[in-house]
Amino acid sequence: MFDLERWQEIFDTIRKNKLRTFLTGVSVASGIFMLVILLGFGQGMQNGISYEFEQDATTIVEVWPGVTTKEYKGLNPGRSIQLRNDNYNSSNALFSDKVEYKSPLIFVRNVSVNYGKEALVYGVRGVSYDYQFIDNAKLAEGRFLNYFDEINTGKVAIIGRKIKQDVFKAVDTPIGEFINISGVLFKIVGVFDEREEREEERIYIPVTTAQKVFNGGDRISNISYTLPPVENFDEAVIQAVAFKNNLRSHLQQVHTVAPDDTSAIQVWSALEEAKRYFSLVGNIKFFFWFVGICTIIAGVVGVSNIMLIVVKERTREIGIRKALGAKPWSIIGMILHEAIFVTAISGFAGLIFSMGLLEIVGPYVEVDYVKNPSVNFNVALATVFVLILAGTIAGFFPAWRAAHIHTIDALRDE
Amino acid sequence: MIEIKDLHKSYKMGSNSLHVLKGINFSVEAGELVAIMGSSGSGKSTLLNIIGMLDEADEGEYDLDGIPIKNLNETKAANYRNKFLGFIFQSFNLINYKTALENVALPLYYQKMPRKQRQEKAMKYLEQVGLKEWSHHLPSELSGGQKQRVAIARAMVAEPKVLLADELTGALDSTTSYEVMELIQKINDQGNTILVVTHETDIAQMCKRIVYLRDGVIIKDEKVKQVRAKAHV
Repeated sequence: MFDLERWQEIFDTIRKNKLRTFLTGVSVASGIFMLVILLGFGQGMQNGISYEFEQDATTIVEVWPGVTTKEYKGLNPGRSIQLRNDNYNSSNALFSDKVEYKSPLIFVRNVSVNYGKEALVYGVRGVSYDYQFIDNAKLAEGRFLNYFDEINTGKVAIIGRKIKQDVFKAVDTPIGEFINISGVLFKIVGVFDEREEREEERIYIPVTTAQKVFNGGDRISNISYTLPPVENFDEAVIQAVAFKNNLRSHLQQVHTVAPDDTSAIQVWSALEEAKRYFSLVGNIKFFFWFVGICTIIAGVVGVSNIMLIVVKERTREIGIRKALGAKPWSIIGMILHEAIFVTAISGFAGLIFSMGLLEIVGPYVEVDYVKNPSVNFNVALATVFVLILAGTIAGFFPAWRAAHIHTIDALRDE
Repeated sequence: MIEIKDLHKSYKMGSNSLHVLKGINFSVEAGELVAIMGSSGSGKSTLLNIIGMLDEADEGEYDLDGIPIKNLNETKAANYRNKFLGFIFQSFNLINYKTALENVALPLYYQKMPRKQRQEKAMKYLEQVGLKEWSHHLPSELSGGQKQRVAIARAMVAEPKVLLADELTGALDSTTSYEVMELIQKINDQGNTILVVTHETDIAQMCKRIVYLRDGVIIKDEKVKQVRAKAHV
C-alpha cells in the first residue's frame, strides 16, 4: 500500500487508460449520487411532515360538542350538547395527573372589533393562560395572558403578528394600544407568532372576561389539553388514545349520551393523527431505502462488470508481466490497488457532490411536506465503503484467475 | 548453461493425450547461439516454453546454470524468469499503453530497482538497439522491426543468462528480419547465450548450431558455419 513504485505504476496505468478509469468512476459516483439524493429526499419528507405537526403541541387533545344521534335513557336524538365550566372543572379534577396543560376555549361571536376608526374582522377567542403552550404560540412582543388576567377578568388582549402588520402600521408597537370589542376597551399586552398566517389572525382574551362581558355565562365551546411528553412515540400514542376515550366517556356520562354515540362529544388527538402520518413517512422511507439499496446493488454489479472486463482486457498484459518476472500476488495487488483507488476516489467524489448539492439546494426546497432534505453522513460514508469493498471483491476473483492462468495461455490471448 | 535430460511433455486434449516431447536430451554451453528448427507441431515452442519456465515438463531433468528447475511454484518461477531469462516473442508482446522506454524498464521494476536507475539502464539498452530517439514513443508508433528491437532491449535489460526467442522474425519481412538477426548476432558476439526457435532456414543458418526437431524428438544436432546477417543487409 505504501510502495511508492507501485503507486507510480498505478498512476501510469490510470493516466494511460483514461476512458476505462472514467467509466468505472462514473458508475461508482452515479450510484452513490443517486443513493444520497434518494435518502436525502426521504429525510426531507420526514422533516416536512414533522414540521407540519410541530405547529401545535403534538400531544394536544381537543374536545368539542356536537349533536346526539342516538336515543339514550329516554332522551331523544338530535339534542345539542353544550360544554360548561362544570364539565371543564370536573374533567380537570378527574384527569389532573394525566394532563400537562389545559384550557377552555370560547369563540366570541357577534362582536365588532375596532381600533380607532378601523374595523377589524378577526376572530376573538377566550382562552386560559395555559393556552399559549397548547397552541405553541411564540410571543413576539409583550406577554401572554396570565393567572391574574383570568381571575380579575382583565380587559387585555393578545393579537397575532398578522394583525399587527395589517392594522398597527402607524405605531412602533401595538402593545399599550386599545382595541374596542363591542364597546369594551381591551389593552393589547402581547403579540404572538405562528407559522401559518391564518392562525395569526386571532385575538385572544381571558376566558373569564369572554364569559362575563359577552354573555357567555358558563358556556364554553371547546376544551384543549396537552399530555406530558413521553420519550417513546408509540407509548405516547397509546396514552393519548386511552386519555381520549376516558375523557369522552366521562363527558358522555355527564351529558347522558349513549356510550357509542361519538358525534355528541368529539375528541381529537393530534398524536393519533401524527401516527398515521409517521407510519406513512416510515413506509416512504422504507421505499426510498429499498430503491437506494437496489441502486447500490446496480452499482456493485456495474463495478464488478467493469472489473471483469478490465481484467479480461488485460489478460495479455498480465501474461507479459508474468513472463518478465511478475509474481502472481504482485499482479493481483496491482489490479486491486487500482480498483480500490478508482472506486474510492470516484465514490467520495459522488458523495461530496451529492452531499454538497443537498447542503446548497436543500434549505431552499419549500414544497409541502418536504423540508430541508439532508442525509446522514455516516450512512453515505458506509455506502461508499460498501461499494469499494464490492469493487475489491469483484476485482479480486478475475485478478486471481488472471494471475494464475498459464503464462503462455495469457500471452496467446488476443 | 542449459542441461536437459530425457524431457517428456504431453498435453491433454479432452480424453486424448498428445505426447509433444518424447525424451529430449540437449545441452547448451554459455555463449552459444542455437537455432531450434522444425515444422509446426514438432514441439519446438513447447521446448522453449519449458526452458523459459512458462510451462513445466512432465518428466526429465532441466538444469539452468547448475540450478535444477523442478517443482517451481509461481513465485519462484517468476523470480527465476526475471533473473535468468529474457524473452523475445513473435508478436513482440509489448504493453501497448507504455512507451518504449517504460516497456524496456519493466523487468527492472519487478527487480525492485528504483525508478530513476531503471530508466537510465533501460535507456542504455535502447541505445544499444539503436532506438534512443524513439524511447518516448508508444509501440503503436513504431514499425515491426523497431518493436522487435524494443523487445530485444527489454529481454536484455535484466542481463539474463539466456535469451529465448520464439519465432522472433515471424512477423517481419526479410530485410527487417536480417536487421534483427544482425542485432542478435551482435549480442551473441558480446558473449550472451541465445536460443532461437524458427522454421526459417536462412534464419537458422545465421546461428552457430542448429537443432532439428521432429515429432518431439531431436533428429539432428549440428554445428554450422555462421552466416553473418550483415552481408544481407
